[in-house]
Amino acid sequence: MSVILKIEDVWKQYRLGVINHGLLYKDIQSYIARKLGRPDPHLPEDMQYTSTQGDRFWALKDINLDIEQGDRIGIIGRNGAGKSTLLKILSRVTTPTRGQVKIKGRIASLLEVGTGFHPELTGRENVYLNGAIMGMNKREVAKKLDEIVSFAGVEKFIDTPVKRYSSGMRVRLAFSVAAHLDPDILIVDEVLAVGDAEFQKKALGKMEDVSKEEGRTILFVSHNMSAINRLCKDCIVLKEGIIILQDQVEEAINTYLSMYLSYETIFVKKNDPNKPITLRKVFLEKENNLIQYSSPININIEYQVNKKITNCTVWMALETMNGGMVFTTADYDTNPEVLGQREIGYYSACVNIPGSWLNSGEYVVIVGIVENNPLVVHERTETIRFKVDEVGSPGYLIRSGGRRGVLQPFINWEYSIVDETTR
Amino acid sequence: MNELEENWTQIIKPKTGWFDIHLGELWRYKDLIGLFVRRDFVAIYKQTILGPLWFIIQPLFTTVIFTIVFGNIAKISTDGLPQVLFYFSGTIVWTYFSSCLSKTADTFNTNRDIFGKVYFPRLTVPISITITNLITFAIQFAVLIALIVYYKIIGSTVSPNILMLTLPLLLIQMAALGLGVGIIISSMTTKYRDLQYLIGFGVQLWMYATPIVYPISEIPEKWRWVMILNPMSSVTESFRYAFLGAGGVSLEQNLISVGITLGLLIMGIILFSRVEKTFMDTV
Repeated sequence: MSVILKIEDVWKQYRLGVINHGLLYKDIQSYIARKLGRPDPHLPEDMQYTSTQGDRFWALKDINLDIEQGDRIGIIGRNGAGKSTLLKILSRVTTPTRGQVKIKGRIASLLEVGTGFHPELTGRENVYLNGAIMGMNKREVAKKLDEIVSFAGVEKFIDTPVKRYSSGMRVRLAFSVAAHLDPDILIVDEVLAVGDAEFQKKALGKMEDVSKEEGRTILFVSHNMSAINRLCKDCIVLKEGIIILQDQVEEAINTYLSMYLSYETIFVKKNDPNKPITLRKVFLEKENNLIQYSSPININIEYQVNKKITNCTVWMALETMNGGMVFTTADYDTNPEVLGQREIGYYSACVNIPGSWLNSGEYVVIVGIVENNPLVVHERTETIRFKVDEVGSPGYLIRSGGRRGVLQPFINWEYSIVDETTR
Repeated sequence: MNELEENWTQIIKPKTGWFDIHLGELWRYKDLIGLFVRRDFVAIYKQTILGPLWFIIQPLFTTVIFTIVFGNIAKISTDGLPQVLFYFSGTIVWTYFSSCLSKTADTFNTNRDIFGKVYFPRLTVPISITITNLITFAIQFAVLIALIVYYKIIGSTVSPNILMLTLPLLLIQMAALGLGVGIIISSMTTKYRDLQYLIGFGVQLWMYATPIVYPISEIPEKWRWVMILNPMSSVTESFRYAFLGAGGVSLEQNLISVGITLGLLIMGIILFSRVEKTFMDTV
């Protein structure tokens, strides 16, 4: 495979705060004041006499990246990590401060679709216009027109002015134009935040086709981890303008998500020989306590029995971060025999919570041990926390903040038509 | 073979010297220029009741007012030409130039959204503006021809001559001048917004420094240098001479005017291509 895009030592500097006043006379006043050694009348007090270097910051620092033909690279990072700056440089909207980017072939960007549309023009005219803005000539657009229109599903309205389109139609048409551009490198920034679920799915599928079947290269910036996970093969993580990680997509996503989670991943307690029974350890099978929506959650609970004990229960409760109780479960639910005598020894129990069941969010695991008749609470303690992430959940469940509720189970719906006439 | 340096289709680098201009790229985007022209024209046409009629009504009204104020009240000479023809010809020439100037001057502000999203040669926008205005001019020009024919029939002293063939050159010069000054201003307004307020009234002043409401022959000798320095004065006079047969300036003055126009255009292109690379960082 050949390198199609080469980013070499790219740095980008921005100036913060007051660049200039945007008004010529104020700039002249400031200039005169500086020359006369007087305080600048247009600078806040605390910014007087600061060095001119102080108001600059590096949005990108020493970015090096080789991208090969057919790669599908995801770019993730928090807001302000430099993702958009990088894409802006690649799409030539701005220039790097240092370094260079070498490109083979045509590069097209899909940064927030539909910006080039003119409301008075018809859909067809806008397709031509948008195509031309992205670098296609008339002949190329004409060849693709039918495909573009049918993909967007706006055949009936193609000669209607775009101002009469619904916002969904506009987005679909704009995406469709860009997706049919045949660029060698396609840059996509958060487009999937718009459009209905059905179209999002279609758009992702189209991008998959474009890259897998036609061997095109895709750079995809999104906050939607499941979309990144589905579309991309590799992923880079940006933090404060630096590429801190470049890895396979799942590894990268996990690392990225765990970077911002600092939970106790394991709960350990010393044995107390004076107690008949003590909790020793609570942990998840996964190392970083970050769980994909669809994967089952196995909570391991280990305890020590110091002397024979009867009528004793080990229970576990799951709470949300703000204290809402999700459920409580106890070991005798499925194994009533544990209520009998427990022998001395080190025990291990595992609570299996099914996947595709808890909504994304953070949870606290509370474990307790009680002796009944008479009631003695031997343990009741907050142990570990974990986070269910939206990775692996279908797009429609997590779009625009997701559905509400602690649980997000798949509930079966049955339906049938009862009467074929209108009542 | 693939790994050879020369095979990169594009290298994105920090902005370098003052002459980092890619005019060749414009040619690849000629379809885009065409579509911008179409878009702008259709937009004007669809958003108004009278559509292209406005293009005729505007200069006709201006002509009527000029005829009353400058012709009948102030009694300024029109070089012996029928007043209506004199003012109408001046008005349409000035309208073309001034609308090229004021619309291109606004390039970066009007197109901020799209410039921030996609790359295409930014010069396509101001160039398409000068072409769109050409359509307006063509409609007004047709009216001028009709007026000339009418005055010819009623026997006025109007003598169109062979110099009419220089019309394309005059148009190119006006377009180049409007474009040049317009993009200089647009480049500067990205930094200084207040320059925008200057445009409207600056254009007005410039009109009075151009022989639109008076013939150049009325200008006293000591003010002639203004006429020489102002490229629009020779364009206006040449236009009137070619189509109406009165006025006109010397060849030298025409050449000076072309020289100044070229200078302003080149300066504009240099400034513009410098600003287009970084303006997204400053707005």
